[in-house]
Amino acid sequence: MSSWGLREVTVTRGHANALAGVTVPADPSGVTVVVGGDGAGKSTCLQVLAGLLQPTEGTVLRPPKELIGYVPATAGLYADLTVQENLDFAASAYRLAGRDYKQRAQALLEQTGLGPARRRLGGQLSGGMQRKLAVAMALLHAPALLLLDEPTTGVDPVSRAELWRLISAAAANGTAVAVSTTYVNEAARAAVVVLLEAGKTAASGTPAQILDGFPGRLGVMEGAGRPAPLSWRRGVTWRVWAPDGELPAGARPAVPDFEDAVVAAALAGQQSGQRSGRQSAQEG
Amino acid sequence: MWAMVSKEFRELRRDRRTVAMMIALPVILLVVFGYAANFKVSSIPTAVVGSGATQAAAALHDPVFHVTQVDPAAGEQDARNLLRDGKAVVAVVTGSGAPLVLLDGTQLFSVETAETALAKTAPTAGVQPRVEILYNPGLSTSWVMVPGLAGLILVFIGTLITSLGVVRERQSGTLEQLAVMPFRAWEVIAGKIVPYLIVAAVDLVVIVAIGMGVFHVPFNGNVGPFALGAALFLLVTLGMGILVSTVSQNQGQAIQLAFMLVLPQVLLSGLIFPVTAMAAGVRWISYVLPLTYFIEISRGIMLKAAPISSLWEPIGLLAALAVVVLGLAVFRFRRDLAPSSKKEVAAARSTEPVAS
Repeated sequence: MSSWGLREVTVTRGHANALAGVTVPADPSGVTVVVGGDGAGKSTCLQVLAGLLQPTEGTVLRPPKELIGYVPATAGLYADLTVQENLDFAASAYRLAGRDYKQRAQALLEQTGLGPARRRLGGQLSGGMQRKLAVAMALLHAPALLLLDEPTTGVDPVSRAELWRLISAAAANGTAVAVSTTYVNEAARAAVVVLLEAGKTAASGTPAQILDGFPGRLGVMEGAGRPAPLSWRRGVTWRVWAPDGELPAGARPAVPDFEDAVVAAALAGQQSGQRSGRQSAQEG
Repeated sequence: MWAMVSKEFRELRRDRRTVAMMIALPVILLVVFGYAANFKVSSIPTAVVGSGATQAAAALHDPVFHVTQVDPAAGEQDARNLLRDGKAVVAVVTGSGAPLVLLDGTQLFSVETAETALAKTAPTAGVQPRVEILYNPGLSTSWVMVPGLAGLILVFIGTLITSLGVVRERQSGTLEQLAVMPFRAWEVIAGKIVPYLIVAAVDLVVIVAIGMGVFHVPFNGNVGPFALGAALFLLVTLGMGILVSTVSQNQGQAIQLAFMLVLPQVLLSGLIFPVTAMAAGVRWISYVLPLTYFIEISRGIMLKAAPISSLWEPIGLLAALAVVVLGLAVFRFRRDLAPSSKKEVAAARSTEPVAS
């Protein structure tokens, strides 16, 4: 089976790079999670993969349109059509008909729990149900590459879990899945994680590789105020990251987990960006 | 309140198209429609036929008669054909006895002007012509307006409603999905147009039926050429709606632009003001508006029973407009739907992976 994805892709908008040499593998039977903050370039990655944007440089490997399923960051469905009519439209678009379509639609309606709502208008569904319907529409034709742009943003925890069940089931059936998200805990489920920071790859690899690559040391501190520039809140405590290994006074050493590794990598990416920005300003 | 005023001004400042419309549009409308809004006909295309054609043409002293054809060899039937084909509004048939003046009753203002001018000319020429008003002998306004209004209603349906189609997809985010689905640009546009085409066609039938039943407007010609002209006209108006939709970012912009296309058709197509009475500086606008040609076709077929052979010009021009407008719409829409290069598209049709 073919592997899809982006290889060293750069996308330029105006004078700025929306993506700079980013690689996002999307292998069959695997889930790749592109994680990052707002404006990191996650949606751009998926849009390039979907063929909605042309890269300035780099290679894009994707199947023909007939084998791509895509859910944009917006609702991704027709609010004035019922659940069933939305599925019917997607089926027509991908030339699905007859018993195959009926069986597939029925299975997806059961998996998503949308069966009882099949006659409700898309616009009358809850946010979570809308996202599940959009994913079901994208899965209807059993795509080789499934692209989901922040499918779980603004969705309640139960619906998030159901959405991830759908995503995992698609991967188990051989589909290559690329998902963007801002939730670090979702990235931990992936076969491959690509962490983006300001359009650049801050870290990439399996969750275990990213965790193993945690640079420096991690500490834990209590207190109301921020104890150090490279620190972040976690529950009632502060996590303090010391890239050089020297924790500030009062910090207790701690064992980093995947979420710490991702946050530290993002902070490292921010620092690197600030350094190169200062360098450019000085050279300019 | 000032917070709202300030916010509104800031938003307005960033919506340059609206600002341009608010400032430039009134000036343009005033100038264009000021020159177009003219009921006074100063030039009436006139043909003079028959053995005494040369003398009769010389006797038409009033400058309102713009004699375009003097043909001593032609007869009464030729004169009637000239009026039917829109080549003349007044035809004077000379021969033995009093001359016969044929007037095109579909041109209300021209006929009224011609009758006044004839009343002045006849005594000085020493003859009392017979006058026959063709196609609309009672000079009924509704007979003239209904065929045109049918077109105007189709412009509203076609352009205004369709203009929201693509914008709605863009705003709801489904345009991105359409772009990823295995559709071609023309398929999406055709899919958007066909439902409105069917609804508008039903509307047209209803409007014509009401015009015939309630206003007693005749339908003297063949349905076939009328249907052909209406179909082409609908394609142009629907294409204009789609084109507006592809160049608009939101529904407000789409409505503004569509309105810019609809309003000139109300006033400059010959529906209300005679095209021949418009100043030359704005008359050319009439000739790029599809409603101008549809009115020519619908009045020609419904009132004059004009055959398709005499309507090939407006039908051909509507077909050309349809090709241009729909071509532009597809071109614009393709940029939204298929930003990928041709090479990619070609490769995507195969089962091979696509690399760029």
